Order: sequence, then C-alpha cells, then structure tokens
Amino acid sequence: MTRIDEKFRTLKAHGHKGFVAYICVGDPGLDETVDTVLRLEEQGADIVELGVPFSDPLADGRVNQEATARALAAGMSMPGVFRCIEAIRKQSQVPLLLFTYANPIYAYGFDRAVKSAASAGADGFLLLDLPVEEADEFAGLLKRRALNNVTLVAPTSTEERIERIARAATGFLYCVSREGVTGAQESLSPSAARLLKKARQATDLPMALGFGISTPDQARAAARHADAIVVGSAIVAKFHECGNSPEGRRRAARWTGKMIRAVKEPV
Amino acid sequence: MSKLSTDPDRRGHFGPYGGMYVPETLMFPLEELTREYFRARRDPAFRKQLLYYLREYVGRPTPLYFAERMTQELGTARFYLKREDLCHTGAHKINNSMGQVLLARRMGKERIIAETGAGQHGVATATAAAMFGMECVIYMGEMDMQRQALNVFRMQSLGATVVGVTAGQRTLKEAISEAMRDWVTNVRHTHYVLGSALGAHPYPLMVRDFQSVIGREARRQILKKEGRLPTHLIACVGGGSNAIGLFHPFLNDREVKMIGVEAGGFGPKSGLHAARFATRNGGKVGILQGTKTFVLQDRDGQIKLTHSVSAGLDYAAVGPEHSLLRDMGRAEYTYVNDTDAVFGFDRLCQLEGILPALETAHAFAYVFRNARRFGKDDLVVMNLSGRGDKDVQQVAAWKAEQATKSRKAG
Repeated sequence: MTRIDEKFRTLKAHGHKGFVAYICVGDPGLDETVDTVLRLEEQGADIVELGVPFSDPLADGRVNQEATARALAAGMSMPGVFRCIEAIRKQSQVPLLLFTYANPIYAYGFDRAVKSAASAGADGFLLLDLPVEEADEFAGLLKRRALNNVTLVAPTSTEERIERIARAATGFLYCVSREGVTGAQESLSPSAARLLKKARQATDLPMALGFGISTPDQARAAARHADAIVVGSAIVAKFHECGNSPEGRRRAARWTGKMIRAVKEPV
Repeated sequence: MSKLSTDPDRRGHFGPYGGMYVPETLMFPLEELTREYFRARRDPAFRKQLLYYLREYVGRPTPLYFAERMTQELGTARFYLKREDLCHTGAHKINNSMGQVLLARRMGKERIIAETGAGQHGVATATAAAMFGMECVIYMGEMDMQRQALNVFRMQSLGATVVGVTAGQRTLKEAISEAMRDWVTNVRHTHYVLGSALGAHPYPLMVRDFQSVIGREARRQILKKEGRLPTHLIACVGGGSNAIGLFHPFLNDREVKMIGVEAGGFGPKSGLHAARFATRNGGKVGILQGTKTFVLQDRDGQIKLTHSVSAGLDYAAVGPEHSLLRDMGRAEYTYVNDTDAVFGFDRLCQLEGILPALETAHAFAYVFRNARRFGKDDLVVMNLSGRGDKDVQQVAAWKAEQATKSRKAG
C-alpha cells in the first residue's frame, strides 16, 4: 500500500475530500521545490504531484509550459528529480506522484526510472502520453515496485475506454474536467459531472477531478462531485508571481491554503 | 521472395515504431479519424472525388521530366525529376491537404487547423480550405514566419488566420504542439490537417497514402518512358512525406534503391542539424508528438534544438515508417549540410532552369556531390518536391552572410 492509498483511506474514514497540488520540479530550483512541497503540506495539501519537466509538454497550457522551461533552464534532470524526492522524504511523508510525459522516462529507462523513484520515496507515476494500450510493460514495473499507476480519463473517453483505463489504475483515477489542455479557467465544465458518473460505474477507486480549477469556489464545487480535486496551473502561476523567496513562497502557499480549506469545509 | 509490407497494425505500429502516444484527450479524435479514414479509403466515391480535385484543381499528373543538362553535366546516370513543384501552390503538400480537407468535409467538421514549417503545407491547407469555404487557422513558429514571410502573406491572402507560436525554438515542432492543443480544445468541430507522415496514428499512414500518388505516377511514367524501373529513388526527408510518397509504391521492387536525404545543418558534429539518422550525434528511439521513432534528444530525453537552412526539414523527429525502412535496410538515409544545400539550389537553377525549394535542394546537393556513385546504366528518379520562390530572400541573406564571413576570414 502506497502513501497515496493510505491517504485516500484516511480521507474516506473521516469523510473528507482530498486536495492534490501540482508543481513542476525544479521551478525555479531544486531547493525551492523542496521548500514549496513542505509549505503546501503545511497548508493541508493531501498529495503533491511533481511534474517532471519535459521540453515538449503537449497537454499543458502556457503556465505549465513556462514552468517546465524554467526548470530545464535551471538544469533539472531525472537524477535531480530523484534527489529532490529524497530531500523531501527527509522531512515529510506527504504522498508524491510523478506526473510527466513518456519520453523522459523512456530515455532514462522504464525499469531504471521506476526503481529509482521507488527507492527515492515516490508513490506513483502518471505518464500523460502513454495510453493504456501501450502501458502494459510500464504498469507491470510499477506493480513490481509497489508504486501506483495513476491513469487519466477525459470527457471524450468512450465508456469502453473508461472501463479499460480504470481497470489499469491503482491509487486513484484522474478525471480531466474538460476538453483542452491544463490551465486555469473561469468556470467549471458541466461535462465533468457526467464523466465522474460514468467513471463511478467502472471503478471503486477514489476519483480526482482536475484541469482548470483556479478559485476556492470552483474547488468547493468540484469537490462535491469527486473524492479529491487537483489544482495545477493556478498554483504554479501563483508561486511564480509571488517570487523566488521564502516570503513569496509563504504567501503563495497561504493563497493555496484558502482553496484547500474550501475543499475541506463540511458540505 | 515474400512480399514486403510496411503497413501498420490496427494501432498504427510500423514494426517497433509509430503508435498513438497521446494524452487521453486526443484519443477520441484520433480514433474517430481512424475510423472515418478507413471508411473513406474503401469508398469508391471518396477516391473518385479526390482524384477529380487532384486532376482538375491540383494539376495532376505532374510530369516526370528527363533532366537533360543535369544528366549530361554529371555524365553518369540518367536523371528524371518528378515535378511536384508544378502542383498548384508549388509543392507536393497539397496532395495531402486536399485529401484531408475532403475527409474533414465528409466528417462534417467546419473548421480546419494546421501547422506549418516552411509554409508550404500551410499554404496548401489554406488553399483547400478557401476553395471549400472553410474556416482555417495555421500555426507557425515565429522564427519560421520571419524566414518564410512570403508564405505568411499567401496564407493570409487565402483567408487563413496565421497564429505565431512563441514557445521553445519557435519552429515546426512548437507549431505542431500548438495545433494539437487547439485540436484537443475544439475537437468536436475541428479537423487537424497534419502536414507530414508524422505524429500519432492514423496520420503517418494517411499522409503516406495521400502522397503515394507521387510514386504511383512516377512508376507508371518511368516504365512508359524507359521501359524499365529506376535503379534509384532520391528525396529529401524532414518528416518524410514527399519521400514516403515516392518510395512506397516501389517497396516491392527490391532492385530499386531508395535514398532519403536529411538536413545536416552545420554538420552533425556541430549539434546544429536535423539528421536524425546520422550515426554520430544523430537521434535515438524516443516518443515525440504521438509517435515512437528516431528523435534528436539529449540523455535525459529532452528534445534537442535543431537547425537547418530550410524550415521544412528543421524538425527533431522523422516519420515512423522511415525508421522501419531504415531498420529493414530497404531505404538508406544520408544528410547534406546547409552550404551544400544552397549549392544544390544554385546548380539546379543553372542547369535546368528550375528553382527548387531549399528542402528539395538537399536531395539535389546529394546527387551533385556524389555523382560518381552512379553508373552509366543507372536510372535515377528524384522528387522535385517543391519550388523555391519562397526561399529566394533566405538564400540571398545566407549568401550575404557567407560573403561577410569570408571577407572577415580573408
């Protein structure tokens, strides 16, 4: 059982909703990422998704593209990602999910990447552009190292695909709330509720809803439908805007805290 | 001998390459497109309609021209040029754009989007969209917009919106990512006309099919003119659509050698090039923009910056079918650097009165520099994939820069 599994079990036992925060590893640097993760945990984030930077992030909007570019410019690499996880683990047991594209992991070696991630203390992977049809080998490796294979369904996924993707998933199922790329949106898509309903029929796994959540109100609304919500671009943008200093990160974390508390309020 | 086949499996695998490596949000549009494309492919009415527009609007068949002076001057093989530069809009790109726009109409999509590098695919797609009265948006890297300003003006004149892409190195790769992001967001009423034999299934197969008209015609024409098959086929390879279009119909004529010429930029050693198959400093197998193939990347799997004097070859990955042809030993790949490409451009102008695109000039440069590799009995068919009007400013600027450099050196 991973830290992600345990977290969802605890949340369920207390009748709480989960908050998953996404940040890009190495934006703006390794030490800063460690500090950011600790601050997000302090604010009540249940799981942290660590984006492993890739030069060509197809499914990401501008905010995450720019964060990725900053991380790469600052020299972030796969060994750097694992060092970052080790550093976090010295101070925290917050569940960590690696979120990235297939190529950096493929280039590093699927087996080697999974092994390094497990020994550094990560809890799972989500590879955005490794579809379920191509993922058998990778899923097998994750299983062997007892890491979660978090998979993703979209509003355009057919019921047949949802079933297949949900079957492959462990930890939780990531539901994309709308068509399009990552990035904050003004309103929450109605297709989200429909997708969650379809996905519920396919699996008993916890469900997290993400893509486009940027305010406490949206977070609260989204949490009503799902077991957890994921917020990415809005957090990445806030941390960048608040500047690269402990004070800036404190402010950005507190801003994120408001969203987290909105999710935690009893309905 | 058993028949060779490079047809992909149901999920678009060309041997170990190809596939559909996309975020889940793109799966639905790709599967919908695959279904519709296979239906259209079998539908005689669709094939007839495409043939009609290729003949009446694009101007097919294009001539297979015997290059008299080039043949004389090189004094080795006999050279024939497949004149894709004479297609409407000036390059082979329209074969594919016309096919895909007809497919989009069949699917009831109202909006067309495309990426473009050199601008030829953007112009061809904007042209087909204009002809059918469809909304059209073209994504183009800002760097390419500067070096291909003429084509930007052409696309705008054709009623297309040209969106400059500022991410990364501001060339073809970033334009493809941006077009895919648009598609993910607007998939229900938009068709994405990908311009080369790249990306996720069904694009590499579909683009190859639409471009195979080049090879089918060339095969018929050379048999009629010479009474025998060519010994060599030569084409430039960026994504590789003009090359695969020429090569594919000759796949089972095993005596026909196929040579693909990549962009060597400043030379593979410099790191500034787009020679994915170069043995030193070339690409390795990776996953980029939906497909598994040879990709220029660093140790961490980050995609490398590429360079070529020609915007159309300036791309980090090669079409997956080419990776398979290379593994099979059925095609051979080589590269030509910037300086030689410009030499090829000049030489073809002078010898045959044909101004080739800088992309195409790579294939010619290879032949001019390696004339002695061909024998008296050889019969070579070269794909003259596009005309070079779009490149004259670029070539002039390049020459001015070289002149300055050599003055400084002298």
